[in-house]
Amino acid sequence: MNRRYIRALLIGISVVAAFVLMHYGCQESKNLSAGDEAEKVYVAPGDYDEFYMFTSGGFSGQIGVYGLPSGRLFRQIPVFSQDPEKAYGYSEESKPMLMTSYGFIPWDDAHHPELSQTDGVPDGRWIFINANNTPRVARVDLTTFTTAEIIEIPNSGGNHGSPFVTENNEYVVASTRFSLPIPNEDVPINSFKENFKGTLTFIKVAPDGKMSIAFQILVPGFDYDLAHAGKGPSHGWAFFTSYNTEQANTLLEVNASQNDKDFIAAVNWKKAEEYIAKGNFKKSSSTFYRNYVDEKKHMAFSEKNSEVKILSPDDCPGLIYYLPTPKSPHGVDVDPTGEYIAAGGKLAAVIPVHSFSKMIKAIENKDFETEVYGIPVLKYESVLAGEVENCGLGPLHTEFDGKGFAYTSAFISSEIVKWEIGTWKVVDRIPTYYSIGHLSIPGGDSKKPWGKYVVALNKITKDRYLPTGPELTQSAQLIDISGDKMKLLLDFPTIGEPHYAQSIPAEILMKNSKKIYPIEENEHPYGIKAEKDARVERNGNDVHVYMSTIRTHFAPDNIEGIKVGDNVYFHVTNLEQDWDIPHGFAVKGAQTSELLVLPGMTETIVWKPQQPGIYPFYCTDFCSALHQEMQGYLRVSPKNSNVEISYRIGN
Amino acid sequence: MKSLKLHLTVIAILSSLIVLQTGCGGDSKESNTSNDNQSMMNNNSGLTEWELESGFGPVKKKLNLGPIDPTMAAEGEKIFESKCATCHKLDERYTGPAQRNVLQRVTPEFFMNTVLNPDENLQKHPHSKEMLAQYMTKMTNQNVTIKDARALLEYFRVLDEELKNNTTTKK
Repeated sequence: MNRRYIRALLIGISVVAAFVLMHYGCQESKNLSAGDEAEKVYVAPGDYDEFYMFTSGGFSGQIGVYGLPSGRLFRQIPVFSQDPEKAYGYSEESKPMLMTSYGFIPWDDAHHPELSQTDGVPDGRWIFINANNTPRVARVDLTTFTTAEIIEIPNSGGNHGSPFVTENNEYVVASTRFSLPIPNEDVPINSFKENFKGTLTFIKVAPDGKMSIAFQILVPGFDYDLAHAGKGPSHGWAFFTSYNTEQANTLLEVNASQNDKDFIAAVNWKKAEEYIAKGNFKKSSSTFYRNYVDEKKHMAFSEKNSEVKILSPDDCPGLIYYLPTPKSPHGVDVDPTGEYIAAGGKLAAVIPVHSFSKMIKAIENKDFETEVYGIPVLKYESVLAGEVENCGLGPLHTEFDGKGFAYTSAFISSEIVKWEIGTWKVVDRIPTYYSIGHLSIPGGDSKKPWGKYVVALNKITKDRYLPTGPELTQSAQLIDISGDKMKLLLDFPTIGEPHYAQSIPAEILMKNSKKIYPIEENEHPYGIKAEKDARVERNGNDVHVYMSTIRTHFAPDNIEGIKVGDNVYFHVTNLEQDWDIPHGFAVKGAQTSELLVLPGMTETIVWKPQQPGIYPFYCTDFCSALHQEMQGYLRVSPKNSNVEISYRIGN
Repeated sequence: MKSLKLHLTVIAILSSLIVLQTGCGGDSKESNTSNDNQSMMNNNSGLTEWELESGFGPVKKKLNLGPIDPTMAAEGEKIFESKCATCHKLDERYTGPAQRNVLQRVTPEFFMNTVLNPDENLQKHPHSKEMLAQYMTKMTNQNVTIKDARALLEYFRVLDEELKNNTTTKK
């Protein structure tokens, strides 16, 4: 046997071996969870998850409530979109929640859930979320997991950069994505540079949660993208990213990507408060709504506002500075110490990290590069703490583990990159499937992160799940960050686009979760406190049915004397005082939705009978063994009939 | 020796069969009896005498009732109307049983514990189970306080007195 033959044989074997290995590698990549991952995400039946995770529904306009580490879905909270399951936006009580200066709006695009904070740490009282399209911010009450308040943002053309809270919810901040003429008026679009402006909005949050627009700051006509408030030493400041400093109004993908650097706007809101106190503001007349729930009345009310205070940087020196930041920055994230401000430059090759203390020094030294529309631009080198190189393609958002590391999502290269604060070195990276947008560590944008997991929120899932036609689910991926190396544990689909999410230890929320609404405290004007008060009253063409529910009957359940052309108001009070016993109410031909009435609550739908006849109604939420018996009949007579109103239950 | 062992085994099997048999017999006899106090007492479910008489709940010792307090009874009547009357009428079957004579069927302690803690009683107490089988709807937890439950009891003590007086007058 000659040497050449042996060599050929060896090469042959190694080629085959390489193929086998490669093939094996492929199999592995779709089946990573082969170790103890399953054990780490398994929450035994009846056991509780360690964290609540609140995901935005993106274009579903809702909030999803999931458990971590299991990824189980517990609830969908309707916020900006009607939800027929819960009668949200259909019941007379909830319709005012969706009122705006543009009228009743049944949908929006919800992006960033943000937990309220005390001393810079999520406190579990509320979660705020923004509506992008018709600019609004909502406050969701975490004792009931329902939307408690929605405030409209005037002078905004798309409320993307919100709602981010200051250390003690002094403010929720918001910035406009689209600049507009302010006040809005009919001008040629190509007069952009001349006529278009942006606004940064500071929403005051009262101790009881009530929101109001404290003031707005008029800023140059760029696109404002995201924000975060300072904390610790940087408390009193808020940071807003901007892009399109080119001020293009068409083909932005090219025209807004020209400049080497755009800006992070650093706003001194304590200074703003001083200027407001001094009266250094202009009043702008703008119509905007505030809608809120009165929990005792079980009803939402709309309040129309007409004026907002506007600060202009020209009149307020020291209010705002620009930090030059490479290439259309998206996320702006402040580390737990409050010293470092990381920016995700969508098109940048590095993650620039600014230093708050250097920024203050640069301001003191007037270390300015130039001025833009009267706003001083600080020198990049004077404010920079470091640049993270090799950070992946398309870095977007950064969260922190509280142990000295930061995690940045990279959209284009579909990965999470872990880097060390101070050395700015990348220490680990893990692929995501696919096209990660935001990422979320419990408390990861606060002073004290619970740095156990990071969740990747992915836009695209392609081949990850069973196909469901052209439209596929988005996904969340749970990654263990307790060790040096990140480890993918679980991959689960989400409802809507999980644009961003925030998580909080379950123990903080669980103890405050309400079980019922006490019936004694029900102040609904059409509510009843006992079955004996159930009745039907006619008032012209309006018929008010004061109805009660309990396992397992409606009172009354036989109603006569309703006529075609009537507006029948069903005010359904659930007299149950037991946890998890809602009753539903549906009547044939109703052009709204069902009602889902929680224990102790009163809810109303309006029904307009079109034809004489008999109409059944029934309970839609399975309530007891005799649920199917929970039903009744309505008799509808012709318009001119003289059948009197009568009602009964039992014999 | 060997045959003795065999004998013992046979006896053991037989006796266990007898035990099983009587167990079944006991059950069927019990379900035949009506829902009176007797069926509550006559039970082999392993409950203590106190549990049988008084049910499960926050009332853990015999109540010292004293004379009827009319103010408390009036309060109890109001609570009955708002929280109980949705399912209970005094003299007719509704969602649940007629209630006028409730204190002739159960002890005051059982009454209060059932009002305050229906779920546990429905799971553990033979009388509650029997009522569930009969009425097919779980007694609801209406989140009443101990004070409210005590007032309800006072209201039914009044009704109970009236019942007793009526029967004596008739005689």
